[in-house]
Amino acid sequence: MPVLAPIGRVFLAFLEATGRFGLFTGTALSHCLRPPFFPRAILHQMVEIGYYSLPVVGLTAIFTGMVLALQSYTGFARFNAESQIAAVVVLSVTRELAPVLAGLMVAGRIGAAMSAEIGTMRVTEQIDALSTLSTNPFKYLIAPRLIAGITMLPLLVFVADIIGIFGGYLISVYKLDFNPASYLKLTFEHLENIDVVSGLVKAAVFGFIVALMGCYHGYHSKGGAQGVGQATTNAVVSASILIFASNYVLTALFFGT
Amino acid sequence: MTDTPAKIQIRNLHMSFGSKVVLNGLDLKVGVGESVVVIGGSGVGKSVMLKCVLGLLEPEQGSICIDGEEVVGMSPKDRDRVMRKFGMLFQGAALFDSLPVWQNVAFGLVQAMGMELQKAKEIALNKLAQVGLGPEVGELWPAELSGGMKKRVALARAIATDPEVIFFDEPTTGLDPIMGDIINDLVVKCVRELGATTLSITHDMASARKIADRIAMLHGGRIIWAGSVADIDHSNDAYVDQFIHGKAEGPIKMEVRA
Repeated sequence: MPVLAPIGRVFLAFLEATGRFGLFTGTALSHCLRPPFFPRAILHQMVEIGYYSLPVVGLTAIFTGMVLALQSYTGFARFNAESQIAAVVVLSVTRELAPVLAGLMVAGRIGAAMSAEIGTMRVTEQIDALSTLSTNPFKYLIAPRLIAGITMLPLLVFVADIIGIFGGYLISVYKLDFNPASYLKLTFEHLENIDVVSGLVKAAVFGFIVALMGCYHGYHSKGGAQGVGQATTNAVVSASILIFASNYVLTALFFGT
Repeated sequence: MTDTPAKIQIRNLHMSFGSKVVLNGLDLKVGVGESVVVIGGSGVGKSVMLKCVLGLLEPEQGSICIDGEEVVGMSPKDRDRVMRKFGMLFQGAALFDSLPVWQNVAFGLVQAMGMELQKAKEIALNKLAQVGLGPEVGELWPAELSGGMKKRVALARAIATDPEVIFFDEPTTGLDPIMGDIINDLVVKCVRELGATTLSITHDMASARKIADRIAMLHGGRIIWAGSVADIDHSNDAYVDQFIHGKAEGPIKMEVRA
């Protein structure tokens, strides 16, 4: 049947891609756990992901906290419930906005860079050169990025939590005339350990997703500059979608009734 | 065929990508200390053959023996042991952009042999000197080098670990004739000093004549002619004649699509 052939081809291609991705993920994870490690490469990636992403994530967090306070005030003022602003800011930032927005910003900044760098190494035979120099590309290129992604994004999100809450505090105190001490008191009254911990766990998962997508698409890129460009786009888009999807799953696991 | 013991023995190698058959029963022997150059048009499978020997591609069928040891289907650990015998000069040099030149040359010494950085740097600078580059070049980044210098650095990296076997993938491609000849001279000099076995692929006949003890022609997925450099001009093979004289007319029809 001429209609069934293209469907079968698409299905087989889907199965092939799924299998390839599964194998890549399994191999990458196993190299994260098995020595030898490359401490210098891991440290380099940690600085790249953690330190250099700090300004971008910090700016995103502070403006998000500020907007959140302003918008909450607009809504809550109608019901004389302005005291809930602190709760909305602290819960939204720690549970959802800091991890998701930091994940997306890092996907744009680091996921794209990883994909472009590894993709260029692939099309210029640098990855083949690694193998001929008795160095496993998964150990030298992929594992350090995954380890750095998993460890640094929670730290970034922890900083983003503080900066985001501070953004809400700034607007509430200096624009909406809240009492600073009572705003802080309300913030800490509503904040529980699980709010921060769930955000940090999400961050670790998002860090893994961003690094994995960047590495996977870069590693399998082909066809020169155009192929590298396509891999970079795919890395950012797939990481972003997976961040949203996994955010739902993790939220349901932590807070679902 | 040579009478020396085989360093590399390829038998009945098959490889295809989708419906395109690239290698179709390739047989080739490279003797110990011998320099064999495989010639052939673009897209006939020279690089695929090399990648199969290096373990970067797994052949569908056939056997590849290094020092009598079968390497097809070898475990990663054993493969790693065999890879330590190899050095490779890539067509585009394939230098690591993120490392300065001396670290590129010292990479195999540090990563594969676990040598200390300072000792590895000394050796790297010596190898750079062997290919005519001063120590100041060692501090440069690959992006700062010309095409010829990149090839020299790649050659220094290929010989850094004193390998038993060196592979050359189009060593003169993209270079002007003078720089190409300089690279050929360096290849011959370095290989002679090391006493290494070499397997090269090229479509540059001047390069092939200079660096080869023996030339083999790859066409249609298999070796169709092999002989000494002196014999190639009297091969009486229409394919070889067309290729070495670079004629458009003849039995070889160039494929437009890869």
